[in-house]
Amino acid sequence: MSAGQPPIDSPEIRRLSPVIEPGYTYASVTDKISAIVLTRPASLGWFAGFTLAFTFVMVLTVAIAWLVTKGVGIWGINIPIGWGFAIVNFVWWIGIGHAGTLISAILFLLNQKWRTSINRFAEAMTLFAVACAGMFPLIHTGRPWMAYYMFPYPSTMGIWPQFRSPLIWDVFAVSTYGTVSLLFWFVGLIPDLATLRDRAVGKPKQIIYGMLAMGWRGSARHWHRYQSAYLLLAGLATPLVLSVHTVVSFDFSIAIVPGWHTTIFPPYFVAGAIYSGFAMVLTIAIPLRAAYNLEDFITMRHLENMAKVMLATGLIVAYGYFFEFFLSLYSGNKFDVFLVQQRLHGPYNHFYFALILCNILTPQLLWFQKVRTNIPMLFIMSLVINVGMWLERFVIVVISLTRDFMPSAWGRYSATIWDYATFAGTLGLFTMLLFLFVRVLPAISIAEMRELVAHGSKEHE
Amino acid sequence: MIEHRSHTYGVLGEFENEHQLIAAAQKSRQAGWVSVEGYAPFPVEGLSEALGLKRNKVPLITLIGGLLGGLGGFGFQYWVAAISYPQNIGGRPLYSWPAFIPVTFELTVLGASLSAVFGMLALNGLPQPHHPLFNSDRFAKHATSDKFYLCIEARDPKFSVGEAARFLQGLNAKHVTEVQDD
Repeated sequence: MSAGQPPIDSPEIRRLSPVIEPGYTYASVTDKISAIVLTRPASLGWFAGFTLAFTFVMVLTVAIAWLVTKGVGIWGINIPIGWGFAIVNFVWWIGIGHAGTLISAILFLLNQKWRTSINRFAEAMTLFAVACAGMFPLIHTGRPWMAYYMFPYPSTMGIWPQFRSPLIWDVFAVSTYGTVSLLFWFVGLIPDLATLRDRAVGKPKQIIYGMLAMGWRGSARHWHRYQSAYLLLAGLATPLVLSVHTVVSFDFSIAIVPGWHTTIFPPYFVAGAIYSGFAMVLTIAIPLRAAYNLEDFITMRHLENMAKVMLATGLIVAYGYFFEFFLSLYSGNKFDVFLVQQRLHGPYNHFYFALILCNILTPQLLWFQKVRTNIPMLFIMSLVINVGMWLERFVIVVISLTRDFMPSAWGRYSATIWDYATFAGTLGLFTMLLFLFVRVLPAISIAEMRELVAHGSKEHE
Repeated sequence: MIEHRSHTYGVLGEFENEHQLIAAAQKSRQAGWVSVEGYAPFPVEGLSEALGLKRNKVPLITLIGGLLGGLGGFGFQYWVAAISYPQNIGGRPLYSWPAFIPVTFELTVLGASLSAVFGMLALNGLPQPHHPLFNSDRFAKHATSDKFYLCIEARDPKFSVGEAARFLQGLNAKHVTEVQDD
């Protein structure tokens, strides 16, 4: 699936740390990865984690049931702060959902071999994050059962959606992104599902994996078309992944609210999305490789490369913050200048300072190789960045809405227990889906790992 | 016709690695076999060329799907905003094409991606509930994990079980077996 030698595979770098530890054969990578799904019994730790996550899914169910019963008044939102946690969480989750497709598509096109052992679960993470993200605008409408109004369908009322509205663009961007990510993930899974079908013991597993594998048998003609389709999907997903957060940023920047109405939003949102996405991939990869002894496949090289991507995108985000700040002051627009003052001195300034600490200052430690190769430090760093990116969206949504043009329209916002319950619930849903995923599907692409083995043996000869 | 029908799908030979498979594929084409197919647990570089596969139609289908998605999406938005449900908002133009670009882009990508995936599956004849090759226990066990196979199919004009088997054995294939097609 990859041709030629990428520069990152230069001998001196490979000597430092390989993308797969030596000594593996086609049979042994197949055994090791498929065993996690097929033969290894679920550990006590798995059950404990799943149970905890499932508890939070129950919290989510209760929170949504109560929301449907009482309406959005149970949340902290008010006028003028109509967006609150729902939109903060939506943007946060959809941002996290960027890393999977980015790793799969862009790194595939750039021929980066280190993507191979992390792309599968990063794509799964994307799907689950998009599912959590999509839930928020849906329940934020207050009447989620009417959400189909947002899609163009021939209604008896003769009305159509307003295609000039960024909120409708959002519907198309997020649903297209969800669909294409699912296709990309599934196409990548087909050969591995066939492997599981052929190795599964017991009728139910054979039938389920057999149906999902659709009769894949590794024929050369099939692989020929498969590779075309996969490459095309990667090429299509690359601009798509950049467009999604651009459209999300239009939700803000098309409006005239101070702090939102700025042209730097699309690139800085996209950089922020990749930043938080890689942070979440690290948050998941570090426990995953420890729990399933995958250190030979997810090597230090992967962790270090991801840390470097975080550092680079973090610097773009820092540049975005700086220019947001500078352009507000330079514009001389008194509402924009006032908003900057409010970020620094207003009632929510501690959120702003925490944001700078989490997103700009702490990640500078990643300049040091000692930090990038220190696994506990990296794990903590990834959590800090996740928190920082959540704070960023909170600052954007809440500070701007509480301090717009007229003092008579100013307000305060504080989240209620139901806001927190819904957010914690989606964290539980995300975690539960990941726990299920590692048990029923190969968390690392087996077919692509065989390719890495093949490339390794060729270089050895 | 039917009473003379042979019940052989083809003759299957097993290889240890992708280099042997590529060499075998090349030699089989040189020897004049035309219905030959290779099987590998991962996409093997050079196998398509060794089997003489031509460019496939997936890119064309993807292009058509993308064009249909994009043109259809743009045309639909125009029809909605300017013809079916025009809304006069401060006298602004109804045909405000820049505002239609984001949705047009998304639908282009959606149309192209759906056609790439479903086009690939359709051309590959998948989903397919059963294939004769799975009658071979070794194939069913190893084809998707660690072994490589070359199959000379019975529809080849010069096919006979004996000759195909001798040819594959001459290529050092292991476990050369005849595969039944039912």
